[in-house]
Amino acid sequence: MKHKTTEPLPRLKAHELSSVRGGRTLFEQVSFEVHAGELWQITGANGAGKSTLLRMLAGLMPSSTGRIEFNNHSIQYDRSAYHQQLLFIGHKPAVKAELTALENVYWQRRLSGDTGARQDSMDDWRLLETIGLLGLEDEMTGRLSAGQQRRVALTRLWHSQAPLWILDEPFTALDVKGIALLEQRFNEHLAKGGSIVMTSHQALSLASLNPQQLHLGEVYANAMGAV
Amino acid sequence: MTALQLWRSVLSKDLRLAARRRSDAINPLIFLLMVITLFPLGVGPGPDILARIAPGIIWVAALLATLLGVDRIFKDDYADGSLEQLCLLPQPLAFTVSAKMVSHWLLSGLPLVILSPLLALLLSLPGDAYAALSASLLLGTPALSALAAIGASLTLPLQRGSALVSLILLPLFIPILIFATSAVESAGMGMAVHGQLAILAAISVLTVTLAPLAVAAGVRMSVN
Repeated sequence: MKHKTTEPLPRLKAHELSSVRGGRTLFEQVSFEVHAGELWQITGANGAGKSTLLRMLAGLMPSSTGRIEFNNHSIQYDRSAYHQQLLFIGHKPAVKAELTALENVYWQRRLSGDTGARQDSMDDWRLLETIGLLGLEDEMTGRLSAGQQRRVALTRLWHSQAPLWILDEPFTALDVKGIALLEQRFNEHLAKGGSIVMTSHQALSLASLNPQQLHLGEVYANAMGAV
Repeated sequence: MTALQLWRSVLSKDLRLAARRRSDAINPLIFLLMVITLFPLGVGPGPDILARIAPGIIWVAALLATLLGVDRIFKDDYADGSLEQLCLLPQPLAFTVSAKMVSHWLLSGLPLVILSPLLALLLSLPGDAYAALSASLLLGTPALSALAAIGASLTLPLQRGSALVSLILLPLFIPILIFATSAVESAGMGMAVHGQLAILAAISVLTVTLAPLAVAAGVRMSVN
């Protein structure tokens, strides 16, 4: 609020990140700044290191070089404060096959810090309706289709208060309706000043969200050229 | 949300999941009962021999049953990504993983304590030793669960880590085994057992308080 005239503080700042795995350089010198209200789409071939980069940004993995700052503090500096502001949905959905869809939503809510969460609450039912799983709430999640399981995992996007979302391939296995629903939710989040860093191969459907692009894979291409 | 509320959420979710997958928790107990019933068949039903070897048999069977349950602590959470989410909570990871240790103990250590009079009966343990056996299990099994969680966290990314877990854990179980069986034997001979039980309690307090730090470090390394 003090510096209204100057540019807003970068929310997430990645500075010269690189990843070396087993002697092979996945990417190096990756720098970018994610501001409030921005959506960043990381693209690149399979194995270019997109998921690795997202895990680094989430603080699950150290970067070989460089640093990551959130609101001008290194994310390692106060991990707890950073994780309070962060929602990460990775490759693995963190959905329990032995729980019903409704129970999964309830536990996700509880573990994300909602103390008021009650089992069988109206909010959870409404959430299931929003993501189109009404009628399947008592089914064991393990018996739902891949797309439906993904929807259960993505309900986190609706009850999360975190300003920064890091999403690894959120559109995987979703149908057209699901993708539209998710884009609408992205729009709401960005309009409220949230920011999103995600990987996706769905270039076209994201056009309406005006994503910033970051392409990984030059290192690999250069190495191939040198050989 | 306070850390304590989160701790309770993690614990109750774990117990709910265990209720859905009862066989995971019950199989190690059935294994233990079967191992113990095999001994009278193997060495003969003479009460003298059985009573002499009973403390050792029960405790060794308890160690093996603990090893059987090690996978249950983190494996599923690791596979479906829940463990990643635990690492990303604002609350300290050491605190949240201690809830998983407690749930492991509630489902493997506590049933053993409750079953112990039956086990003692099966092996015709002297009447004086019943209480000592239960007490040794009550004081010793928390340490087993804490150590098991360390072993589990270290071997998470390995496809077939169970053999390695056994190699890591069995040597660490030795002090517990020595003091626990010594307590039960002393009780059978009518001697005081406070010393052994006090040492068992000390081992448990030490491991239960320090293990979460090691487990958290192991989990972070495995998730990485």
